[in-house]
Amino acid sequence: MSSLRNLLTVVLALAALCFAQPASAQEPIKVGAFLSVTGGASFLGDPQAKTLRLYIDKMNASGGVLGRKLQLVLYDSQGDARQAVTFVRRLIEDDKVDFIIGGSTTGETMAVAPMVEQAGIPFFSMAGASVVVEPVKKWIFKTAGSDRMAVARIYSDMQKRGAKNIGLIAGSGGFDQSCRLEAKNLASKFGITLAADETYAPTDTDVTPQLTRINSAKVDAILSCGFGAPTVITVRNYKQLAMKTPFYFTHGVGSQQFVDGAAGAADGVRVTVSAVLVANELSADDAQRNVVQSYAKEYQAAYNEKPAAFGGFAYDALQITVEAVKRAGSTDKQKVRDEIEKTKNFVGLNGIFDITAADHMGLKPDAFRLTEISGGEWKLLK
Amino acid sequence: MFRLKREFISLTAFAAFLIVLPLLMPNAYFLDVATKTIINAIVCVGLNLLLGYAGQISLGHAAFFALGGYATAVLGSRLSVPAPLAMLAGAVLVGVISYVIGRALLHLRGHYLAMATLGFGAIVSIILNRELAITGGPDGMPVGPFQIAGYSLPSALGGYVLAAVGLFIAVKLATSLINTRAGRALRAINDSEIAAATLGIEVAAFKVKVFVISAIFASIAGSIFAHADRFITPVEANFLRSVEFVAMVVIGGLGSVVGAIVGAIIFTLLPQMFAHFEEFRHVLTGALLICIMAFMPSGVVPTLASLWVRWTEPAAREKGSVHGAA
Amino acid sequence: MSDLLQFLFSGLTRGSIYGLVGIGFALIYRSSHVINFAQGEFVMIGGMVTVFLLAAGVPLPVAALGAILAAALIGVVAQVAIISRMRRPSTLSIIIVTVGISMFLRGAAEALLGRQFFSMKGFSGDDALVLLGAKVSPQSIWIFVSLVVTTAAISLFFRRTILGKGIQATSSNRLAAHLVGIDVPAVLAICFALSAALGALAGLLTTPITLTQYDVGITLGMKGFCAAILGGLANPFGAILGGLILGFAEALAGGYVSSAYQDAVAFILIIAMLLVRPNGLFSAPTVDRV
Repeated sequence: MSSLRNLLTVVLALAALCFAQPASAQEPIKVGAFLSVTGGASFLGDPQAKTLRLYIDKMNASGGVLGRKLQLVLYDSQGDARQAVTFVRRLIEDDKVDFIIGGSTTGETMAVAPMVEQAGIPFFSMAGASVVVEPVKKWIFKTAGSDRMAVARIYSDMQKRGAKNIGLIAGSGGFDQSCRLEAKNLASKFGITLAADETYAPTDTDVTPQLTRINSAKVDAILSCGFGAPTVITVRNYKQLAMKTPFYFTHGVGSQQFVDGAAGAADGVRVTVSAVLVANELSADDAQRNVVQSYAKEYQAAYNEKPAAFGGFAYDALQITVEAVKRAGSTDKQKVRDEIEKTKNFVGLNGIFDITAADHMGLKPDAFRLTEISGGEWKLLK
Repeated sequence: MFRLKREFISLTAFAAFLIVLPLLMPNAYFLDVATKTIINAIVCVGLNLLLGYAGQISLGHAAFFALGGYATAVLGSRLSVPAPLAMLAGAVLVGVISYVIGRALLHLRGHYLAMATLGFGAIVSIILNRELAITGGPDGMPVGPFQIAGYSLPSALGGYVLAAVGLFIAVKLATSLINTRAGRALRAINDSEIAAATLGIEVAAFKVKVFVISAIFASIAGSIFAHADRFITPVEANFLRSVEFVAMVVIGGLGSVVGAIVGAIIFTLLPQMFAHFEEFRHVLTGALLICIMAFMPSGVVPTLASLWVRWTEPAAREKGSVHGAA
Repeated sequence: MSDLLQFLFSGLTRGSIYGLVGIGFALIYRSSHVINFAQGEFVMIGGMVTVFLLAAGVPLPVAALGAILAAALIGVVAQVAIISRMRRPSTLSIIIVTVGISMFLRGAAEALLGRQFFSMKGFSGDDALVLLGAKVSPQSIWIFVSLVVTTAAISLFFRRTILGKGIQATSSNRLAAHLVGIDVPAVLAICFALSAALGALAGLLTTPITLTQYDVGITLGMKGFCAAILGGLANPFGAILGGLILGFAEALAGGYVSSAYQDAVAFILIIAMLLVRPNGLFSAPTVDRV
């Protein structure tokens, strides 16, 4: 009987250890984060987690904020809204964090939105869809440029090249479908007709049937809404079919792996990306040049891989919030929120932020840069 | 008579435990984990009837769960059908679907139900992802609170109460089913179908009945989940989640109601306990699954129960009537 | 007309991939009546190890052989060290162990090799071949030829070798096989090694087309599993034909009907098959023991 009790004590102690937070003498500022580090949206969450770790370490190395260290409490929500809800409850109720950065996907963000609003805690989302900040929610901000901005940027370039009928090819995930919806909604504004609307699943190993259908529809340009390996398959199949139609991708493909994986097939393809991907291309008078180049250098040095655009969402969220904490002089949630809302002319990785009470994203429509891939490099189009 | 009395005492103690549990929770996060554990337990208690008593594998219970959830979300929140009615509608829909699948396949032996539920589950998942206008697509949709006549409990506690009531009813139904002639028949089926048939038991009919019941349990759990989280996404219908439900039951212990609940507890708490070991979480979870199955192939609860019997009553060593652990 | 040909080539590419991945599921199910949820991970290991060996400067044939051996070794270890040591295992408990093994391997690949996707050049380059006006990737030809060769090799193996006959015997009656002197545990271990090696072969052949990532075992594994189910689960040749049928059905549905529900084709086919021919499209009815 006593050995059973001993066993029980050990089990309980282990459980307590697993749940416990490392204690600290000086009260740190707690940064809560829930990101899709693994799972289908890991292409978003992985660079975001790496960025948060890197810059929180850097801030602590240079003395922290308001004389206090920053402490990151990060959970992997795996792109799953159910886990996001539990982890955000944990961040708010149990870890008692001072602010939250997270929600790599729109689903996770919208699932936790009511809870964040009720708890009253500053929350920066990194989801793409406009619905996150439209209508404005008191405590919720976002740093990711909206899909609408990316699509609008592409449509205006298509318009310039005289495209009227276009084909759309999109993945079936949330990231892809959000872009697809914006593409459908915006088309008429630019005098564009969607002559083909094709979908592929993440399990598709070949999309030549979809591309063949688009080809048969005799379109003037093609827009791809997607990310990850399927976009590489798409652009390779495009080359395999010897198609010549102008081909556009959104920022979902904004990483070096896309160009490397395409192995030459992506040449001539146009992509909207954040400035991070074209750090070395930026002109000397570009306001973002310095911040973007130092991020690219530091990320490369820390992780030995080229930075993806998505890490920039986390960078901007962290910097804007830390600036707000400094201006507020405390971590009082209401004050920090008010200061975030007063962010003016903040030069971030995704663009220049002017957050207002009416606009909780604050990016100008030209935040996305249009690039053309040439010889395996991203070339900025003027 | 003795059995009935024992069952009454266990159920009363269980109800008391469910009532006291939220009072022990330090904050809304722990209550949230308790609620999700209980919701998983409802599915597992039902699935355990199918796996442990009818010897059939379902690889699509997540789809029944998601259908219940979406019935609540779409009917309740979008079309303003009263919450209990929406929940019922989901259960009826799932009941009809599972009856049709069961009738078509359960007279066959082998893994046909596993394959059919796999196919059905995948199709449900694809539809939930594609029909953006109805389901909100991959990004999911918000759900309202569980209201009766315009009245609802505060959000975190409301979810718990609903789940706890659901689990209590599920356990009550499952234990009474197990302790009837039908239940004994089910165990016979698992042992040998032909032997059961020769005893005059209508094997196929029982299997269909159990399959339908377990599917409805999953559907109700899904509806409760939608109300508790106030949000639902198609991830709920994912194939991997179906596999997870099966793993919960097998890890906890086939053929034991307590085992099903313990399996749900282990699997819901693990991600929370491993949350700080981000890099190695999947390796750890996989290794734990392998170890439990390697050392306790009949599951945690039956193994511990037989150890207990062996320890306290050395005489009863070989007998070890583990199946009674309900 | 050229559209149809293009769809057929797409179907051939997809189908050959599904078939290759599906054989492994069928082989293990045949020998031990277990649905091996870790089969997809062997496909991942095949692709990943090849990619990493190539990056280290190893020539392709050696890298491929290394990946196949690595997977086979992991398969044997999994069988000998874990599965064969389980006391009184049930079908379900073995299935859950394979789920555990798959999570472990996926998690290990994630922690050791990273979360990004990797690509690889086609064995004969990436320039499309033009056949009768339709374009096909040379890697597709590689995959299809490998599928044919593998089919022939497996067929010879089962019919002509002692070991192959031993597997057949173990599959139909384990006790009887033991009584006639077959080393049943060895046969089971060899089956795991064989199906792991076939999975790795599938992985390294398909990587130039599908790319590879730590979690590719879930997506490709699911398609292979569907191919195996269509073929009757216990029949490696059924899995190959099931894969080809699935590939063509998907390509034609995507090309002529709608691409939105293209990925539902596999599951609709499964349900249709269960209603019409529950033992699989190519299996003779079997008799279960009491």
